[in-house]
This record gives sequence, structure tokens and C-alpha cells, in this order.
Amino acid sequence: MTQTNASHTVAVSQAEFTAAMRDARLDIPAGLIDAEHHPAGRRFSVYRNNVAVSLREALHTGFPIIAKLLGPQNMDGLAGIFLRAHPPKSPLMMHYGDEFPEFLANMQQLSHLGYLPDIARLELALRRSYHAKDVAPLAPEALAQLSADELMEAKFELAPAAMVLNSLWPIYDIWRINTQDDAPKPTNTAQDVLIVRNGFDPVPHLLPVGGVAFFNALQRGECLSDANNAANKETPEFDLGATLTLMISGNALTKIKGLHP
Amino acid sequence: MSNTHKTLAVMGAVAAALTAVASTDAAAQSKEKCYGISLAGQNDCAAGPGTTCAGTSTVDYQGNAWTLVDAGTCATLELPASADGSARNGSLEPLARDVPA
Repeated sequence: MTQTNASHTVAVSQAEFTAAMRDARLDIPAGLIDAEHHPAGRRFSVYRNNVAVSLREALHTGFPIIAKLLGPQNMDGLAGIFLRAHPPKSPLMMHYGDEFPEFLANMQQLSHLGYLPDIARLELALRRSYHAKDVAPLAPEALAQLSADELMEAKFELAPAAMVLNSLWPIYDIWRINTQDDAPKPTNTAQDVLIVRNGFDPVPHLLPVGGVAFFNALQRGECLSDANNAANKETPEFDLGATLTLMISGNALTKIKGLHP
Repeated sequence: MSNTHKTLAVMGAVAAALTAVASTDAAAQSKEKCYGISLAGQNDCAAGPGTTCAGTSTVDYQGNAWTLVDAGTCATLELPASADGSARNGSLEPLARDVPA
């Protein structure tokens, strides 16, 4: 406790306190006292409830599409189970819910909604992108000035806010119909997404097939030619031009590296 | 495909991308954060939990809540006057007016 209470030994271990805080069926830890040395009593229950409610609200706010798809009551129920199984590892609530996609995937009652985990991944990635560091984008002219050989050998640094996600589900269409009015109905196709941030808010874009392999190769430090080959090998119909257009206009490229002087 | 062909294909794709980017840049309007113009609960931002953010403003035209608007239009947006009759304007910086206690 505090220094003024140094004469009182701590009667409740942190482990006991934490366990009781996470499970309302457990008794209030015996020996827990307030500043006046009175038993904490029901005030502990109030605190326990506040912790659970704030985490539940964090999940609602952090996964708005999941909450919308499931409805508020189901989301409340899921959140209650999740927050006890996966309490926050960091005091930064903005990243809470890392394990939520896996958790959804393992929920048998939700197995008929196979796309939910990928939508949760998308919502997590959007949040990470929002909070990622600002880096000045590469000026497109810098690319235009490269010779053919330089271009093939060019390696790139990618913006921390740029991320890709692949899915067997139409995650882009599902995201769009839940966030925009008059969006077309989801098509029955696998969709990959590129998230980029121009200015303040991250925006997902539908990524041409093979784009994830290309992006990942560049991120691993492969040169443009190798990254293009990697994408072509996996997906012969890979469209380099369309993928680069999305990446450049989304400020995903920040620096050219690996040029021989 | 021979190496020369590959190089040509990549160069063509990069050139096409640069052209496409240049033409969309001209068309896209840039946005700016405008404070003091959002209706209660309608302010922008997608930061998620743990932040004082989207949809959290509690009064109309709250001075420290912002909405993205087309660049250059923020200060000229027409807003109703305050209860005391003083004029309201949007601002690129957070405002002290209409902030709930």
C-alpha cells in the first residue's frame, strides 16, 4: 500500500487481488482495506465491475463491425468471456484485443460465420495503422528518375502505417457494406486488402491478387524485380501496375534503398 | 520471359502507376481537421478505445472536437451563433468554447 500505511503489512497478494478482480464468482479478498483501514467490502465489487465494463466498451469501440454483425447483446456476452480469458497486457487500451480474432475463430457457436476472425483482423490492423508512426512518403518523381537497372534493383522502405491482409473471404466487401451507405453486396470471392493512411485515417483498399506476396517481399527487403517475380510465381495474373498505383497513392513507399552509386 | 522483357514489363508497370497516381492526385481533394463544427457525437476519428475520439463529443460545435473537411474551407463554414449571440467559426486549432465541464 502507500507509505503512510507502511506499518500495515499487505494482507492480500497481487495474485489474489487479480484473480478476484477477474472472476465475479470469487469472494472479495479477505483483508482488503480502504484508506481508513475499514474492510473494502462492496467497493471492491464496484471496482471489479468497472474494470469489466471498461474492457467490454473497449472491445465494442475497437471492433465496431464485429459488434454490428453480432448485435450488441451477443457482443456483450462474447466480450465478457474474452476479457476474463485475455486481460490486457498493456495499459494502452488502443491496442486491446490482439487475441480477439483467434478467440472468435475458436468459438464453436460462431463457426457458421467463418469470416468473423478476418474482419476482426482487419479492424485490428486499421487501429494499428492509425497509431503507426508518421513517415514522409517517397516522392513519385524519385521513381521516375531511376534508370532501368536501378529500378529493377531498387529496394524500398515501407510506411509503418501500410499493412496487408489476405483472406479467403470477401473482407473488403464486408468492410464496405458495414461502413458505407449504398455499398454493393459482398461478392463470393477471396479478397486481399491493403491498408494505407494518407493523413489521419487509415483506409482499406482492395488489393489485386498477388499483391500480398509482392508487398511482403518488398517488406522483407527484396528488390523490385525479385518482389515482382515472387508475386508472379504465385499468381501469374499479378498486376504490378495496379498494385504500385495503390501503394504510391497511399504513401506506402517511403524510401528507395539498395542503389549502387 | 527473358530478362530484357521482364525489365520492360516492370518499367511499363511503374510508368503506368506513376501516371495513374499523378492523375488521381490532381482530382483528390485534400482534407483538414476543423475544430468546433461537429454536432454532438458526430466528430471524426478512428482511433479506437483508450483515446478521446470519434463520436465522443457531447455538445454541438464542441470546441475541442474535429471533423475532416475539404482543405481551405474550415474557417469559412457557416455555423449558428452561440447562445450569447457571439459568432461561431470553425478553427484549425482546438477552441476553448463549447467545451463541456
